[in-house]
Amino acid sequence: MNMLVTEKFATTPSADGLSGNRSLVRIVLAGHVDHGKSTLIGRLLHETKSLPDGKLDSIKAVSERRGVPFEWSFLLDALQTERDQGITLDTSQIRFRTKSRDVVLIDAPGHAEFLRNMITGAAQADAAVLVIDATEGVREQTRRHCYLLHLLGISQVAVVINKMDRIGFDESRFQELEAEMARHLASLGLPATAIIPISARNGDGVERRTPAIAWYTGPTVLEVMDRFSPAKRLTDLPLGIPVQAVYKFDDRRIVAGRVETGRLAVGDEIAIMPRGTTARVQSIEAWPEPDNARSPQSARAGQSIGLTLDRQIFVERGDVISAPATPAKAVRRLRARVFWLHDQPLAVGAAVGVRVGMAERRGTIALIENAVDPGELSPIEAKIIARNHVGEIEIALAQPIAADIYAVNPRTGRLVLELGGRIAGGGLILAVDGNASVENRQDSGAGRAAVSVQAARLNTELADLPPVERLKRFRAAIAGPLVFTTSFGLEDQVIVHMLAELGIDLDIVTLDTGRLFPETYALWAETERRYGRRIRAIYPHHGKLEALVEKYGINGFYDSREARSACCHVRKVEPLDRALTGAAGWIVGVRADQSINRQGTALVSVDERNLLKLSPLLDWTRDAAQSFAADNQIPLNALHAQGFASIGCAPCTRAIAPGEPERAGRWWWEEDGQKECGLHIASDGRVERAAKA
Amino acid sequence: MDRLDDLEAQSIFIFREAFARLKRIALLWSLGKDSNVMIWIARKAFFGRVPFPVMHVDTGKKFPEMYAFRDRYSVEWNLDLKIEQCPPLDTIDPTLPPAARSAARKTEGLKLALAKYGFDGLIAGIRRDEEPTRAKERVFSPRGLEGGWDVRDQPPEFWDHFNAAPPSGAHLRVHPILHWTELDVWAYTRREGIPIIPLYLARDGKRYRSLGDSDITSPVSSQAATIDEVIRELEATKVSERSGRAMDHETEDAFERLRASGYL
Repeated sequence: MNMLVTEKFATTPSADGLSGNRSLVRIVLAGHVDHGKSTLIGRLLHETKSLPDGKLDSIKAVSERRGVPFEWSFLLDALQTERDQGITLDTSQIRFRTKSRDVVLIDAPGHAEFLRNMITGAAQADAAVLVIDATEGVREQTRRHCYLLHLLGISQVAVVINKMDRIGFDESRFQELEAEMARHLASLGLPATAIIPISARNGDGVERRTPAIAWYTGPTVLEVMDRFSPAKRLTDLPLGIPVQAVYKFDDRRIVAGRVETGRLAVGDEIAIMPRGTTARVQSIEAWPEPDNARSPQSARAGQSIGLTLDRQIFVERGDVISAPATPAKAVRRLRARVFWLHDQPLAVGAAVGVRVGMAERRGTIALIENAVDPGELSPIEAKIIARNHVGEIEIALAQPIAADIYAVNPRTGRLVLELGGRIAGGGLILAVDGNASVENRQDSGAGRAAVSVQAARLNTELADLPPVERLKRFRAAIAGPLVFTTSFGLEDQVIVHMLAELGIDLDIVTLDTGRLFPETYALWAETERRYGRRIRAIYPHHGKLEALVEKYGINGFYDSREARSACCHVRKVEPLDRALTGAAGWIVGVRADQSINRQGTALVSVDERNLLKLSPLLDWTRDAAQSFAADNQIPLNALHAQGFASIGCAPCTRAIAPGEPERAGRWWWEEDGQKECGLHIASDGRVERAAKA
Repeated sequence: MDRLDDLEAQSIFIFREAFARLKRIALLWSLGKDSNVMIWIARKAFFGRVPFPVMHVDTGKKFPEMYAFRDRYSVEWNLDLKIEQCPPLDTIDPTLPPAARSAARKTEGLKLALAKYGFDGLIAGIRRDEEPTRAKERVFSPRGLEGGWDVRDQPPEFWDHFNAAPPSGAHLRVHPILHWTELDVWAYTRREGIPIIPLYLARDGKRYRSLGDSDITSPVSSQAATIDEVIRELEATKVSERSGRAMDHETEDAFERLRASGYL
């Protein structure tokens, strides 16, 4: 579309001119054909005064000349065939500005024939608006698009129920559709941001809540678009740089690629995966050549960079640069949930091209399960994955590839399939053979889908309940052993108290790192006395601990982030794996306001071990926990009274000053905001895994 | 990192993919602001050099300032410049409207160059915000054996994975700044200090927003005599960038037809 700028914002450019730092959010419009996506876009452009001068009049004139009534969608259909057939063939992108941000609207075709175009458009989006015709309700493309949004990893979805004018703005009909969509999206683990009644043609609910929908109190379409979060940089994940090329234009040997996740600095040790060789970053190269004082010393997710290394090790396109503590896995066999777009169905035994990052390998389909048409209401499982269908596959690769599971790293955890040199499908990696926690669980891929559905359902069910009820229902909902891990913090003590009162059957476990405060050991004994039960202790593996101390020294964790991560891994993360072996559910004392990393944690999430994980105090404040503890005379760690808020290992925890963030006293000498040892998955289901010694 | 850094990082990524995946590529240099930004980013991607030819498909009807710019910067930037002359007008489809027919000479010039050098990839500086059919483009966009674009049969492209295996004899168009806007181009040009042809700046109340052949390109009314003023003007305008390009406006589908037959 042409240059579209909203007039009312155009007069006040930011100090450093435009394009500076207004946030940009990309929103895809999805839904069944003819449910009104293009009409909604036309209306949005009109409401935000984004249409070029004279554009509306010229389209109206053309409509008149062609003898057809004016439609808002004519603004969008760029191609003669689109105008002739009234069907959007290929994705177009339209820009406009709202109060707070720039929006790129991606108009995805709703016709089944053009699903590949819908995917092309939707894969670029940060959020989605799903359009449903109130007179037709949920149709097969609606369901298919929902499923694909889920497979494309889009987690922000709003629904608009369009053409409300055609059903007389009937509130009860709206409520039926609202309930149906809320259920359907929750079953995919995609809770709806909002469900909005609108008439795109007349404008109700788009910019304003008009009298016709006076009964509706939620946000309008434009308000929802203003609330979607723009893409987040994946700086806090473990380092991952898929190598694009190695250049030798002059005497420098430059390894080029884009930092997909994490960050790195000159001097860092890196591992080249899948080979596992290591080197150090000697320089970060740039042009125009900066003077020495200004040459880049670090890089972070999102940047396209070039590195030189201190050693002449073999590196090639397709390798992944990782931190040695958190390498991408070297994988020969992987399991993925995929969509398939090729005319020729995907069958067991098929030879396909597999791409992960920049790597390409030949692979053979070893297994197909849960192959269904996601558009069907009650899908029938097939042995092959037909065009525009989805399924779970296992692929055996001719050569190892560097990959991760999607839950650990969304960039190195997704793959693209090729058939005959053309992109034919893609999906999320559910399990890899290099991952010990997955390989024992043959059915983990299929199991994961069911667990995700259960997590979504529990999230809805437990949201409005008090913590005690959450614990009760969670226990009842989980078939299998439950584990509660405690470090004897304030929240842990509150939960121990609640569990004891409820008499819930579960295993209470603590990780004794060997470096805890004397006060913590005292509280451990006192808690056992008070509640009359043993708390199971898990200790670090002695061989790994000895190797750690040998390599880094007894207090080596102060010297580098790498050493700290390795220590956390040996003393906490690996023991946690053992603590959770055989469990079906896990209860933790995480609160959302403890730190930025923990905001956005779900009440019930799916851990990378495929466990349901409940944080019953997620929405409590520290004050609420403190007054609950006081009211019930719960024993607490004496260090809390001395200014310690979050208590971990003694050498790595200090008291905090009034006003400091709660976790500021953990690993206080490290500068960035990632105050996690790796026990808890970050907000979006990703985890910072600590080092393997 | 701000938005321009993000745009630049994505464009560098695309350049490196094109260079890694295709055998013989060239960058189409129209001498305009967009392709100058592309050359600048290519030099960043490849640490100071453009490691493939830069081709100017010359209609012979460009403005004198454009030729002067080409001759100066092809040397200063150390470019491997190839100049391809377009065939005369009487060899072009006479059913096209006059300006589109004139513009179609460039398509034919491109075809000749493709045949001569055997390129499997041409890097072009089109952007989605310029024009509605360009909004539907892929980053790696396959062309038929005749160089044509079939919008009904575009392959899927997602997660920055590109289709890079053109059928033998056909080529791909690669679009490294497809996701940029006109404003982005100017803001980046200002930030990086990239030279421009002075025709983009107003003289006597007129300036060019888009540069093509001198006989089918008209200036717009403007007082913007510096890049800062151009940026301020664009922030307020609702007139399309290609309003001065005659071939876009002759009939409802003139530009679409041009593009389907291989125009940029």
